[in-house]
Amino acid sequence: MPAVAETLDTVQSVTEGTYKWGFETEIEMDFAPKGLNEDTVRFISAQKKEPEWLLEWRLKAFATWQRMQEPRWPAVKYPPIDYQDAYYYAAPKKKDGPKSLDEVDPELLKTYAKLGIPLKEQAILAGVEGAGDSPSEGGRMPIAVDAVFDSVSVATSYKERLAKDGIIFCAISEAVQEHPELVRQYLGTVVPPGDNFYAALNSAVFTDGSFVYIPKGVRCPMELSTYFRINAKSTGQFERTLIIADEGAIVSYLEGCTAPMRDENQLHAAVVELVALDDASIKYSTVQNWYPGDAEGRGGIYNFVTKRAQCRGKRSKVSWTQVETGSAITWKYPSCVLLGDDSVGEFYSVAITNNYQQADTGTKMIHVGKRTTSTIVSKGISAGKGQNTYRGLVRIAPTASAARNFTQCDSLLIGDQCGAHTVPYIENRNMSAKVEHEATTSRIAEDQLFYCRQRGLSEEDAVGLIVNGFCREVLKELPMEFAVEAQKLLQISLEGSVG
Amino acid sequence: MLRIEGLTAEVDGKPILKGIDLEVPAGEVHAIMGPNGSGKSTLSYVLAGREGYEVTGGSATLNGVDLLAMEPEERAAAGVFLAFQYPVELPGVGNANFLRTALNAIRRGKGEAELDAMQFLKLARARLKELQMSEDMLKRGVNVGFSGGEKKRNEVLQMALLRPSLAILDETDSGLDIDALKIVADGVNALRAPDFSALVITHYQRLLDYIVPDKVHVLMQGRIAQTGGPELAKQLEASGYASVQAAA
Repeated sequence: MPAVAETLDTVQSVTEGTYKWGFETEIEMDFAPKGLNEDTVRFISAQKKEPEWLLEWRLKAFATWQRMQEPRWPAVKYPPIDYQDAYYYAAPKKKDGPKSLDEVDPELLKTYAKLGIPLKEQAILAGVEGAGDSPSEGGRMPIAVDAVFDSVSVATSYKERLAKDGIIFCAISEAVQEHPELVRQYLGTVVPPGDNFYAALNSAVFTDGSFVYIPKGVRCPMELSTYFRINAKSTGQFERTLIIADEGAIVSYLEGCTAPMRDENQLHAAVVELVALDDASIKYSTVQNWYPGDAEGRGGIYNFVTKRAQCRGKRSKVSWTQVETGSAITWKYPSCVLLGDDSVGEFYSVAITNNYQQADTGTKMIHVGKRTTSTIVSKGISAGKGQNTYRGLVRIAPTASAARNFTQCDSLLIGDQCGAHTVPYIENRNMSAKVEHEATTSRIAEDQLFYCRQRGLSEEDAVGLIVNGFCREVLKELPMEFAVEAQKLLQISLEGSVG
Repeated sequence: MLRIEGLTAEVDGKPILKGIDLEVPAGEVHAIMGPNGSGKSTLSYVLAGREGYEVTGGSATLNGVDLLAMEPEERAAAGVFLAFQYPVELPGVGNANFLRTALNAIRRGKGEAELDAMQFLKLARARLKELQMSEDMLKRGVNVGFSGGEKKRNEVLQMALLRPSLAILDETDSGLDIDALKIVADGVNALRAPDFSALVITHYQRLLDYIVPDKVHVLMQGRIAQTGGPELAKQLEASGYASVQAAA
C-alpha cells in the first residue's frame, strides 16, 4: 500500500473514534483529533517543538478565547460554527472529497480554464482526492503554486540572495526555532492575543505562516511574492504572519493566489502583524480568491482575519492593498496604528460580492503621532444577491496634531438584488486635524453597456472593463505582476452577473 | 449595402418607426433629416440593437446579413458603427485601452489577428495625425472630462480606427463649432470608399456642406416622407419641414 493511502487509513480508523492514546505517549503522530481544548494547544506546541514561553502564550490566549464571544456586530449572516467539530492540526484528508475533476463544480472548472491553470493543478486546487499526493520532496506535499513555479533551484537562489542582505524570510515555526528573540520581541505586540475572538483563537492554535525581518537600511531586492509563491505551504486554516521592517528598511509583500482555492477548512482566521520602525516602509498586497461557494452560496469559506500594522517609527509607512473576490464571508479590517510622528498609513481595497457572498470589510486608521496622514480608498462592488459593507474607523488621538485623513468610499451595484452599505466611524480629538470623507454609490448604466457593446465588446467584457475602470485607483497600487491577474479576476468574478 | 424594408419599431409600447424603406448602396453616403421626434435617433438605435427599442416588423440587412437577429456586439463586428449623439463616459477606463479592446473585439469578430499594444499605438497615432488630434486623447479616460466637441472627435477617432462598413452618425454635428465640424466631416470623407457607406442623421444642412451626401431622406412621423439629392437639404433649410409635410 502506498504510504499516503496507508496514512489515510490510519487516520480514518483513528478519527472514527478508535483513537485511544493520550497525548503524553511517545507514539509519533502528525495530527490531532477533532476538537479544541488545552491538550490540543499543548499538542500543537509540542509538535512544533516550541519553547516554554510560546506554549504559555498560547495557553493564555486559549483561556482568553474561552471567555470571549463571537462578534455579532458585522453585517454578515451565517449558521453557528461548532468549534469542537474541527481539526486544529493536520486535518486528515476527508474521504468524501471529489474523486476526480468530473465531480467538481463545473463553474469552478470553467474559472480555472479561463485563468489558464493546467489540469493537474486544477485538481489540486479543487481538492480532488489524491491529486496533491504525487511525489513529495522532503515529505512535503507539492502544492498548487509549486506546479506553477516548479523549481527548487530558483527558490534556493532567492533564499541565498535574501540571506546576503541579512533578510530573514521563513515559516513562522522555523523563525521560532532560529530567531526566537525576534519572534518573542514582536509576536502579539500589534495584535494582542485577546484583541478579538478570532485573533485569540488564532493565537492559541496557529500552525503556519510567514516571518519576515528586513534589517536596518535594507531595501528588499524583490517582491516577496515570488519567493512566497514558490515556498508557501497550502494556506493554513490559522495562519500567522509577522513582518518587521527595521529602521529605513523597505519591503513589498504579496499574499494570495488568483485561482479560486477550495479548502476543507471552512473557517479561516488568520492574523497578520506588521511593524515598521523609523523611516521603514511596508507594502502588503493581497489577492484573495477563496472558494465563494456555489451559485446558491453553499460550501464557501469564512474568512475572519485580523490584519494590523504599527507604524512605530518616525516617518514610517504602511500600505495595505487588497483585492477580495472570494470567500462566502469576508470579515477583515487591515488597519494602521500611526504611532510615529509623520508616519503614513494607506488602505486601498476592492471587494466584490456576487451570488450569496457577504463582505464586511474596511480599515482602521488610528492617528497617535503628530502630522500622521492616512488615505483610504475603498471600492465595493455588489452583484447577484451579494451584500457588501464598508466599515471604517478614523480615530485622531489628542496627541495627533495636524493629522490628516482622506477617505473615499465608492460602491458599484450590478443588478437589483444586491446591497452596498457604508459605515464610517470618525473620532476626532484634536482640533488641528483634518478628516475628509467622500462616498458615492453608482450603478453600471445601461448606456455604458450599450456604448461598449456597440464598439464590439461582449456584455461580460464590457462589465469587466467598466468594473476595472471603477477600481483603477486601487489596482494601480498593486505590484505589476499581480495587477494584470487581478484585472482578469475581477471580470471572471462578475461573470453572469448581468443580463 | 444597407437595405431596410417595412421596418416598424416601438419604444415603451409606443410606435415610433412606422414602416421605413431605405437603401444605402455600398460606397454611398445618405443623409437623414427630419424634425424632432420624427424617429431619427430611434432608427439609429434600432439598427445598432439597443435594448428597449422593439422591432415589431420589417427587416434590415447589411450586405445581405440580417442585422436584427444579432446582438449589438455582433452587429459591430459585422461592420455597423454608431457615432453617438451623446457619447458615454467610462470613468477610470483609459481611452487607449478602450479603443484597443474595441478594435481587437471587432478584429476577432472578423477573424483577423489582434493587435498588440505597440501595433495598436502605431495605428492610433497615424489616425490621430490624419484627424489633427492630440495624442493626449489616448491617455485620458473615455470621454471623461471631455468637452462636447472632444467627445464627438473621439467618436470620429473610433470610427477611423474601427473602419466600419456602415457608419451611422447620430446628430454628430450638434454642439460643434465650425472647426470641429470640419474635422468630423474630414473623418467621414476620409473613409469614403466603394465598400463604405454612411447614414448621416442631422438636423441642419450645415454638416452636409462638408459631407456631401449622395441622397437626402426626410423622415417624418416614422416614415420616409421624401427623398432627393443634396439640393433637398438646402431646400429644407430655406423652407422648413412644413413644405415636406404639405407635399406628403
